[in-house]
Amino acid sequence: MSTPPALVDRLKEKAGLVSAVVASVASMDEAIAYVADVCANKEACQILASGCDAPLSDTAEALCETKQQKIVCAPDLPEEDVAKLTALCQERGIAVITKGMRGRLGGIDIAVTMAAAGIAETGTVVVRSTDEEVRLATMIAETHIALLPESAIVADSYDFEPTLVSWMGEPNYTAFITGPSRTADIERVLALGVHGPLEMHILILEGK
Amino acid sequence: MQDAANLSEYRKQLREALENEFQREALDKFAVAYRTSRANAFAGIDAPELINEIAVAKDEAVDHLMELYEEFKRHAEAAGTKVHLAATAREANEIIAAIAKENGVRTIVKSKSMTAEETHLNDHLEAQGLEVTETDLGEWIIQLRHEGPTHMVMPAIHLSRYQVADLFTEVTRKKQDVDIQKLVKVARRELRPKYCQADMGISGANFAIAATGSIGIITNEGNGRLTTTLPRVHVALAGIDKLAPTLHDALRIIKCLPKNATGQNLTSYVTWITGAVPCAVGPEGKKVHHVVFVDNGRLAMAKDPLFKQALRCIRCGACANVCPIYRLVGGHKYGHVYIGAIGLVATYFFHGRDKAKNLVQNCLNCGACKAVCAAGIDLPTMIKEVHARIQDEEGHPLYSSAAGMVLKNRTLFHTMLKSARVMQKPVAGGGYLRHLPMFLFKDHDFRALPAIADEAFRDRWEKIRPRVAKADIKVALFSGCVQDFVYPEQMEAAVAVIASKPGVAMEYPMGQSCCGLPLMMMGEKKAGRELAAHNMNAIDAAGFDYIVTLCASCASYLKHGYQRLFADDPAMAYKAAQFAHRVMDFSSFVHDVLGMDQEAFTGPSKDVTYHAPCHLCRGLGVTEAPRELLRDAGLNYLPAAEEDVCCGFGGTFSVKFPELSKELLHKKINNLKATGATAMATDCPGCIMQIRGGFEHEGTTFEVRHVAEYLAARLKRG
Ligand code: SF4
Ligand code: SF4
Repeated sequence: MSTPPALVDRLKEKAGLVSAVVASVASMDEAIAYVADVCANKEACQILASGCDAPLSDTAEALCETKQQKIVCAPDLPEEDVAKLTALCQERGIAVITKGMRGRLGGIDIAVTMAAAGIAETGTVVVRSTDEEVRLATMIAETHIALLPESAIVADSYDFEPTLVSWMGEPNYTAFITGPSRTADIERVLALGVHGPLEMHILILEGK
Repeated sequence: MQDAANLSEYRKQLREALENEFQREALDKFAVAYRTSRANAFAGIDAPELINEIAVAKDEAVDHLMELYEEFKRHAEAAGTKVHLAATAREANEIIAAIAKENGVRTIVKSKSMTAEETHLNDHLEAQGLEVTETDLGEWIIQLRHEGPTHMVMPAIHLSRYQVADLFTEVTRKKQDVDIQKLVKVARRELRPKYCQADMGISGANFAIAATGSIGIITNEGNGRLTTTLPRVHVALAGIDKLAPTLHDALRIIKCLPKNATGQNLTSYVTWITGAVPCAVGPEGKKVHHVVFVDNGRLAMAKDPLFKQALRCIRCGACANVCPIYRLVGGHKYGHVYIGAIGLVATYFFHGRDKAKNLVQNCLNCGACKAVCAAGIDLPTMIKEVHARIQDEEGHPLYSSAAGMVLKNRTLFHTMLKSARVMQKPVAGGGYLRHLPMFLFKDHDFRALPAIADEAFRDRWEKIRPRVAKADIKVALFSGCVQDFVYPEQMEAAVAVIASKPGVAMEYPMGQSCCGLPLMMMGEKKAGRELAAHNMNAIDAAGFDYIVTLCASCASYLKHGYQRLFADDPAMAYKAAQFAHRVMDFSSFVHDVLGMDQEAFTGPSKDVTYHAPCHLCRGLGVTEAPRELLRDAGLNYLPAAEEDVCCGFGGTFSVKFPELSKELLHKKINNLKATGATAMATDCPGCIMQIRGGFEHEGTTFEVRHVAEYLAARLKRG
């Protein structure tokens, strides 16, 4: 059964409203190319752009210096897709990793993960994060790109309820992610990327 | 953190808070923006229905907290979580400190938890030599400043970017720019190493799902995810009221909470954790996971028929967002730990009478909080009930019990009012009290007070009562004290309007007295009940089709308050219901029942604005009738900004907190003037007293009248 286009549009609209970038791609290969492009075009470290010149305390500086090269982490992509992504990135001097996030807490450029579901009502993606690498990658990366099979889009959180309940039968960590990390704690002014990603992309895999 | 020793100290603190211009401006802006963003967020959603579903589900859960706890524990422990129940705040803190010790913890990162604020967890842990860092940006800021939150969702809303820049300069020992985007990044990078070093993460939990033993955490920043992921130990602290039977209950609340909190459709992150999840640095690669529930009086509260409602609260903070007083004085003075209307209630239960006794009096009974509450809690009633309980426990202040004694004795009360009329003679002029001995009314010189009329409405009634040959509709008029003794002309106008329709027989039952709302405002519940019984006796409801009053406050109190007063007395409850069903406000009666429209009126067009009395628009849900009547009467109705925000009268409130009443009146007057009109209508003599007095005091000519007076003046004679 194919997903009604109205549902896809609604997800796009709602995700757009919370500053997520949403695009449709025809194949996994296209998605991988997209990821490599975003990483290549991205400034080395956006935190720098928003003020690495900003003076920090010495411990915070030290952590920042652990990062030397552009990095993409793809903790839960199928192996062959990781291989393709690695090949594409290598040409551009970008490292692709699938684990070891605890050694990269200073920051990485991109996390690319699968999304188990999309919730149209709120522009949300559901990311299975029981694997610690997924959890960390999607928080530490400056940009999170979630690959969402079109058929996994549901209208409303209630539609996703039975699946989540079944996951909760054993130790589980699941995240509903709606746009990038944000705060309005200073003067109610919106600022993105307070602890997690500054950017959130959703790639809808058409026909999947 | 409000903790004044007595009312005058509290008032002094309030005056200081009023001088905090940055805070006032910030909260003003937020209050105005919130209205629109909340409305937008709920567009296309049946908010009252959703809120009702939440209330019903919460009530059901609150009745079974211990069963839910057992169920949660069973499932969570099967998944590797250790579950605790602490009877008191101290016990909760001790459990957490013991977990820290057992796991050799030295440093802790925390994501936001109001429950941890409630138990003063940080103080306890720090006293054990542990280092605790808050990671929510707002919480971190106030932690660095050694102060409490001023809003449950936006803890640092009272601070400016300049203050934050100075603070961060101190923390990093490097000069920081006054640029919010940069400051946020500085926090990001300063806090990151804290997560890396921490041995333990402490979070709150918005939900604890019994059916699966899972917790749900809502955050925007994502600090909740890092706090629950990086350290090897995770402890979630939650009030036992956070237990919900199923995931569905949590999803339902999530549909409402962010929208109601800040007008956001959904927060950036909703995190669901079940059991001990993988953790590379934990023993055997797993997280050490604990959930600590705190009772701290909640289980007893769950058995209290009135206050169990408070356990529905989902901590959205909306009751502060819309509160006119919060907006003036901010969270440090409008709560102890919990802030806003729910803070006025919760403080008594969680932090004791001493912390609550002054705070709880600072409420206008305007109902704005109740109207937006995500869980449909009747906050104003609970606030008054807490006030009454505190007075019963501590003894009633002299002025309060004296008022109770006088008001419940109609003859005595009315004799006093009449002698006051004689005594005011030397100072009354043009309908206002002039040259009051100001030492009696210190701080009250922000509005002119009206004089008592020469002849009360009750004494005019026989002369003006219309004789009706054949009655189709029988109406009892209820005047309330203000219209009876101060503004009898408003009653006369109403009589003229109603009498213009044939077949309406009016009675003015002479035994009626004050409706009793002032006693409720003062926490004199017992005297209030006696007075209510007296009125129900004086007006035999069964003999009338309607009981009509021109006072929105009386109407709303007669209709809803009386039934609450006698809820636990079956014989009287029946009487109160019979009475309540017949009560109607003047505008609704004329518009909806008599069906009066433009046919009935004539007169030249004229600009007039409107003030929506709290007890009419929220208390009775009446919004359209008076506005349509004004238009039908040929008036050009110009809506004012914040038309439904309280004028600051609040009956006895304005006597107790004149400085706040004054500020609210100023805002109201400015909004009215901004319409360009020089005339205003409303449906409540209390509001008229306040607003007319305000204009009179500043020397502005502005007509302030009851809707009935405008209608009466424009009746087609014939
Ligand atoms: S009734 Fe009005 S003044 Fe009282 S707490 Fe609620 S909003 Fe504030
Ligand atoms: S009392 Fe109601 S409005 Fe106030 S925080 Fe609780 S749920 Fe929200």
